[in-house]
Amino acid sequence: MSDDARRLKPVDVVVVGGGWAGSIMAKEMTEAGRTVVMLERGPDRSTAGEGAYPASIDELEGNFRYKLFQDLSKSTVTIRNNASQTALPYRRMAAFLPGEGVGGAGLHWSGVHFRMPPDDLRLRSRVIEKYGAKFIPEGMNLQDYGVTYEELEPFFDKAEKVFGTSGEAYKVNGQVVGQGNVFSPSRSDHFPLPPLKDVYTAHLFRKAAAEVGFHPYSLPAANASQQYTNPYGVQMGPCNFCGYCSGYACYMYSKASPNVNILPVLRRHPLFELRANCHVLRVERDSTGKRATGVTYTDAEGKVVTQPAEMVILTAFQFHNVRLMLLSGIGKPYDPVRNEGVVGRNFVYQNVTTSVVWLDPKVETNQYIGAGGGGVAFDDFNSENFDHGPLGFVGGSPVWVNQAGVKAIAGAHSGGPPGTPRWGSAWKAGMIDTYRHSLRIDAHGANMAYRDVYLDLDPTWKDAYGQPLLRMTFDWKDNDIRMNRYVVDKIGNVAKAMGARNVHLGMREFGKPFDTRQYQTTHLGGGAVMGTDPQTSALNRYMQSWDVHNVFVIGANAFPQGTGYNPTGMVAALAYWAAYHIRTTYLAHPGPLAG
Amino acid sequence: MQGLAGVAACSTVSGTGAAAPPRPYTPVFFNAAEWNFLLAACDRLIPADANGPGALALNVPRFIDQQMTMPYAQGAQWYMAAPFVQGPDNLGYQLPYPPRDLYRHGIAGMNAHAATRHARPFAALAPDVQDDLLRAAEGGKLVFGDVPSAAFFDQLLANVMEGAFSDPIHGGNTGLGGWAMLGFPGARADFMDWVDRYGVHYPLGSVSITGETA
Repeated sequence: MSDDARRLKPVDVVVVGGGWAGSIMAKEMTEAGRTVVMLERGPDRSTAGEGAYPASIDELEGNFRYKLFQDLSKSTVTIRNNASQTALPYRRMAAFLPGEGVGGAGLHWSGVHFRMPPDDLRLRSRVIEKYGAKFIPEGMNLQDYGVTYEELEPFFDKAEKVFGTSGEAYKVNGQVVGQGNVFSPSRSDHFPLPPLKDVYTAHLFRKAAAEVGFHPYSLPAANASQQYTNPYGVQMGPCNFCGYCSGYACYMYSKASPNVNILPVLRRHPLFELRANCHVLRVERDSTGKRATGVTYTDAEGKVVTQPAEMVILTAFQFHNVRLMLLSGIGKPYDPVRNEGVVGRNFVYQNVTTSVVWLDPKVETNQYIGAGGGGVAFDDFNSENFDHGPLGFVGGSPVWVNQAGVKAIAGAHSGGPPGTPRWGSAWKAGMIDTYRHSLRIDAHGANMAYRDVYLDLDPTWKDAYGQPLLRMTFDWKDNDIRMNRYVVDKIGNVAKAMGARNVHLGMREFGKPFDTRQYQTTHLGGGAVMGTDPQTSALNRYMQSWDVHNVFVIGANAFPQGTGYNPTGMVAALAYWAAYHIRTTYLAHPGPLAG
Repeated sequence: MQGLAGVAACSTVSGTGAAAPPRPYTPVFFNAAEWNFLLAACDRLIPADANGPGALALNVPRFIDQQMTMPYAQGAQWYMAAPFVQGPDNLGYQLPYPPRDLYRHGIAGMNAHAATRHARPFAALAPDVQDDLLRAAEGGKLVFGDVPSAAFFDQLLANVMEGAFSDPIHGGNTGLGGWAMLGFPGARADFMDWVDRYGVHYPLGSVSITGETA
């Protein structure tokens, strides 16, 4: 196998995946004087290419032909709802949309940029403190991250400054300084940029939520509200609310992406080399199995090549990181029957449903105006901000209007109110009315981890390189459905206060399995989680493999359970956190950072 | 930066201007019988009415025919490795057919059903009879060999929506008529000065990637 592969000149660090985590780690390692090769299986991409106006303003190419997304013809996953089923291939894009190419999901994302709530980082401990250990349902693998908000704060701050994040603080250094999220923890500094303007629907939602007694705040958005120069010296332009964020390379250079915010500097660094169209097959290990020696990949010409390296940093998308660990034999694979092993354990998703509010037909909601990260939220039912005791479920959900720009094909597909036909004149009337006069409110809830929800390798289907596909075993559970229904029910009064003429509350239904055909979100998490116990985590709290100390794995794979927030802010902070400990400790003394 | 959308708008002054008369279109992928079905079905899925133009005026059939020549229609973006095992609907599409094959099987199946029940091809049926057949296909009540009718119908409906509402550069949405009925500004993509004009419709008409306006 690897003996046949061409061996390249060794480097200090090989980074697998060219998204946010990979770009941050490569930047940090070159700053530390290390030679870095970044391998990206997709094509090279830049805003000047994919993002150029007006060609990029093409909804068909962006959101329906998936220009910036994973090429499923080469590799996908299989999915089933439970272990008694045969998992079947995810053949067409639908429920989630993983990225591909330089920039990764960081190029096609929307831009919502959160810090993880302190309680979510120690959710198991917090739930036991408040409600007792018996409160945790049977089969729920509730865990702590092993890292606290106070430890991560400098790295949340750094990520926001690199991303040029717009938002309004509530507390800085313990002092209330603004109208930000009253449930958010204290910060060491303000957001680098003031919040984006409210679009009309967000403005209405802010007023109505306050009237009902909730605590609305501006979503933290990595869409620049003003011109900005980040600490690396790269410039962003002000967001003009064009509505082409999710699925697009921002032509205004306003949405943060690795391509805009980090790679322009990294590409010029003499210690850095980017190799696109290189698909990593596995991490190589020495005869002890405890040390990685590099990676083997298929290059752009289809040649199999081995790149020796002192350190391997996996920074592919969440489930690709897990699959690479399984394919490489790094960490013990999870066995749900024996409840042993860690790689594939605690696979989680995001528990999102969308409600629709119809306003007076004289009011134009202009849903095509938007910024991917912009909007207004309330957190009164997120995290541990409310008493779960009488409710009997774990987890919560922020509620928001995040009008990212609804374009014409999406509007046509969404159609009219429930019960409206999908075509013909009745569809047309309902769809046009809905497009012009409605707005959407999301409950963007957490999904907990369960013993029988996991990732492993599929026994049947293979990718274009002959390797087994990853298999997802996933379904919605009673706890999460009840949480969603409780929170969505609160949207009714907000809609009433907005002057709704009609409301559709989008709730999860009991007994309705996870449906791979309907887009939900790409916020997949877990599967190779961080923690303090090698029996229940694949990575220590520094994102280092417990088993192979020169392998670090950065991504949402590290989340022990889901959260109500979007993952990118946490992934970026974890990358800077891991990089800090690699730079200050590991490089001088290679070995396990936690015992 | 704010001027970028304006540049596109200005370029239309010397552009196409008034709607050109529809040019006859010869399909590249669909044969005559298939084309007749497609014209008839599109006319039912998005009929012309008081709310705006229908799929025929928007050249949706042309859009679909042109899409059939793209790698997309050959399943280039779908995972098409065997084995093909059928399972619960919620685990997604599991047929070995890319879009082109779905159209070939689906249209033949629709016409066969029309011939069996009504002794005519679909295109020759009365509109309400066509609607009944389309509803039956949508509800999965017909079977075209090993293609469930809902799989074909969903493919057709998805492409019809794309054709009516995508940028005209792809062959449909003629005269930006799809966007005009939604009040969607298309490639304007600059609302810096309208983001806080609450509840009032954006005053400029739609613009396409090539600078055509409506």
